[in-house]
Amino acid sequence: MKLDPKIPAGPLETKWDRHRFSEKLVSPNNKRRITVIVVGTGLAGASAASTLGQLGYQVECFCFQDSPRRAHSIAAQGGINAAKNYQDDGDSVARLFYDTIKGGDFRSREANVYRLAQVSAQIIDQCVALGVPFAREYGGQLANRSFGGVQVSRTFYCRGQTGQQLLLGAYSALCWQIERGQVTMHPRTEMLDLIVIDGQARGIVVRDLVTGRVSIQTAHAVVLATGGYSNVYYLSTNASGSNVTATYRTWKQGAVFANPCFMQIHPTAIPPGDEHQAKLTLMSESLRNDGRLWVPKMAVDHRPPGDIPAEERDYFLERRYPRFGNLAPRDIASRAVKTVCDEGHGVGPGGQGVYLDFADVIERQGQDVVHERYGNLFDMYNRITGEDAYRVPMRIYPAPHYTMGGLWVDYNLMSTIPGLFVIGEANFADHGANRLGASSLMQGLADGYFILPYTIGHYLATAKLLPVGEDHKESRAALQRVTGRISRLLNAKGRRTAASFHREVGKFLWDHCGMSRNKAGLELALRSIPALREEFWRNVVVPGSGEAFNQELEYAGRVADYLEFAELLCHDALHREESCGAHFREEHQTTDGEPMRDDTCFAHVAAWEYREHAVPILHKEPLAFEFVQPTTRSYQ
Amino acid sequence: MNFTLKIWRQKSPDEKGRFVTYEAHDVGSGMSFLEMLDGVNQGLIAKDEEPVAFEQDCREGICGSCSLVINGIPHGPDRGMSTCQLYMRRFPDGAVITIEPWRARAFPIIKDLVVDRRALDRVMQAGGYVSVNTGGAVDGNVLLIEKDQAETAMDAASCIGCGACVAACKNASAMLFVAAKVSHLALLPQGKPERTRRVKAMLDAMDREGFGSCGNQYECEAVCPKRISVRFIATLNREYLRAGVVESGLPAEPESPHAESA
Repeated sequence: MKLDPKIPAGPLETKWDRHRFSEKLVSPNNKRRITVIVVGTGLAGASAASTLGQLGYQVECFCFQDSPRRAHSIAAQGGINAAKNYQDDGDSVARLFYDTIKGGDFRSREANVYRLAQVSAQIIDQCVALGVPFAREYGGQLANRSFGGVQVSRTFYCRGQTGQQLLLGAYSALCWQIERGQVTMHPRTEMLDLIVIDGQARGIVVRDLVTGRVSIQTAHAVVLATGGYSNVYYLSTNASGSNVTATYRTWKQGAVFANPCFMQIHPTAIPPGDEHQAKLTLMSESLRNDGRLWVPKMAVDHRPPGDIPAEERDYFLERRYPRFGNLAPRDIASRAVKTVCDEGHGVGPGGQGVYLDFADVIERQGQDVVHERYGNLFDMYNRITGEDAYRVPMRIYPAPHYTMGGLWVDYNLMSTIPGLFVIGEANFADHGANRLGASSLMQGLADGYFILPYTIGHYLATAKLLPVGEDHKESRAALQRVTGRISRLLNAKGRRTAASFHREVGKFLWDHCGMSRNKAGLELALRSIPALREEFWRNVVVPGSGEAFNQELEYAGRVADYLEFAELLCHDALHREESCGAHFREEHQTTDGEPMRDDTCFAHVAAWEYREHAVPILHKEPLAFEFVQPTTRSYQ
Repeated sequence: MNFTLKIWRQKSPDEKGRFVTYEAHDVGSGMSFLEMLDGVNQGLIAKDEEPVAFEQDCREGICGSCSLVINGIPHGPDRGMSTCQLYMRRFPDGAVITIEPWRARAFPIIKDLVVDRRALDRVMQAGGYVSVNTGGAVDGNVLLIEKDQAETAMDAASCIGCGACVAACKNASAMLFVAAKVSHLALLPQGKPERTRRVKAMLDAMDREGFGSCGNQYECEAVCPKRISVRFIATLNREYLRAGVVESGLPAEPESPHAESA
């Protein structure tokens, strides 16, 4: 298989404009006769479905939640980046492009990232037009704040609820298209397999989560906007429903999976408590604008934070990265937190935590200012821990948060299966080995509002698409794969719950394929996971029936996929013999613990092809840097 | 800590439901209410019994999935939070806790504690949007918006669509939900061109879906996890009145320059 990224030739600045002009269009009369499936209704899915509906396509849109408004984009707190340069602080499309490429540790495509920076400004305008109530200055202009890993203020926000407001904007646009009859919404419906006919993606198999009915939905093209797979770690900041099933089962039908080991661990989550804990709660990165991270200089220091004088505190980010200080990018901050905790300076239960202290800003600007900026986050922290962060510092620890890896797509956001498009977090395209804060919202909406609607048109205008139906043999085969799996899950009738397997595989990955990785650990994981998977199919218990509302059945199906996907993650981490971005191989570090990237051997996208009962095949897409020179990513 | 739970169990929409008593043992005070329920469910699943169906997703109070009536109060005893943000330290050891689903005609029960809230989506589809195409939007700073105005719009826009307001209301009215969306959009210049049509369409849809009318008892505000104020219901009423005046007045055709200036 040859991976052709289909990057248009010519200068970076005009690639997208020229590409759009060279794309074929679908005539308005024909659009009406074309059906497109969109799976997922987060920022990418909702914006794509509404825009495709507005263009005149018939859209069938699916989500497993009870309403499209509940997709996990809703939980994004901090903000959305755009190269508006409203602050006149030196921002530009070129700078946003460079920051994103550098932030991703030179493991993403120049052309994709430049396009993302180009459309970023349009996204803000579109959201304002939809009625998103962005924060404003007293003069009535849009407000900005700065966010981790950059030195300009380009982040737009709605208090600590930016994801919610952007999603409600996209959801409202979707509501309009549903009302107009352009989009048919299928909530509480989960995609369980992909239908590929004559090499083209032509439909999906879905399960109605209320009645349990499994059915076939065919179309001219399929768009996946099904988010990331952080929940493979069991404990993550993701919603409990977020899962890898749609992308993983698509992988098994032939779409290649790119860079699965690029997994963002967010530095500022509330530390884990007891073993019953079901999720880790994120504290927005924006807190690092005003909060200072520190640990006691003395190891195993049990004094209350207020009793530790300034000279006995180690403000470790400010010490190690004086230029960026507490705003160092996520991967770097997370690893620095892990290092001080591993060295015994961690605070709180189990020594898994560092302080995030607001005393200085409260003294400088007053509690009211802090309340206005972060009030809801302080409330959330108080509810969970019972502590008042206005008086004592917060305690935070890193947590799995976002996946840069995903299904491989070309410049047109099309996967290796023609007619299968992948957008938002579900694809791998724009963030390289590490994503900068406030860039996921930007990418989701860029893909959905402004990129996919163009590129899918060209495919639909040029591909030869024969009529297909539910009775096609490939449709029947896909349906059988799904019903077969469901009955296997229900008939195992063992003794262990799906959650117990999920917790075990998650812990295993966290220990051996988490914030730092090494060969021995990864090989151990690869030896151990198959045995756990085998036990799962023999010993899992799923009560109830398949023909009814059955939440445990939904969950067990997702856990079964994690048990396979975990292996792919480890294969990728094992292959990548370098440290870059969020991927830190202990064998590849400098004497002061900084990562060592290897551009000679690893300046490529690692794209894995499924093989039944065998190690997946690795394909490489070389990354050419024509416009920026990869440098050592230094934030010191 | 140990608790006795009286949980509403109902196999399907058509079957009769009943309370079933469960014991929750060895619950940590730092556990969330939903983690406590997870524990009960893990015990049931291990015995191959059907777990209690309930909804949850983000577990940080923003997605609006969770929906439990705890000891008679939607989202439980504390103000300004959703069920997922409730922690067991809030309850005395040994307490008896009653757990029920949202109860409203417009929210039929699917199973146990899970209800069908699509009626809220249909109300939104009736008019809870600005009809603007993707592409070609003017620069975001062309229309300046007063900071206070933007903040008030944000207060209204923070509704998470959980439906607690409906569950708390004697009339099962969705007035606070509708008021939040109508106010959010009426406060912003982008929402003004459609405000007349929007308020009528959304209120009509609310009636059609079987939600009752407002009884002015403010139960909705008391249980709202985002503390959305009933003042927005006053805004909604004013918008509705204004729509009536605009529609019954002189020509409201688009070419009239005065149609929207009332």
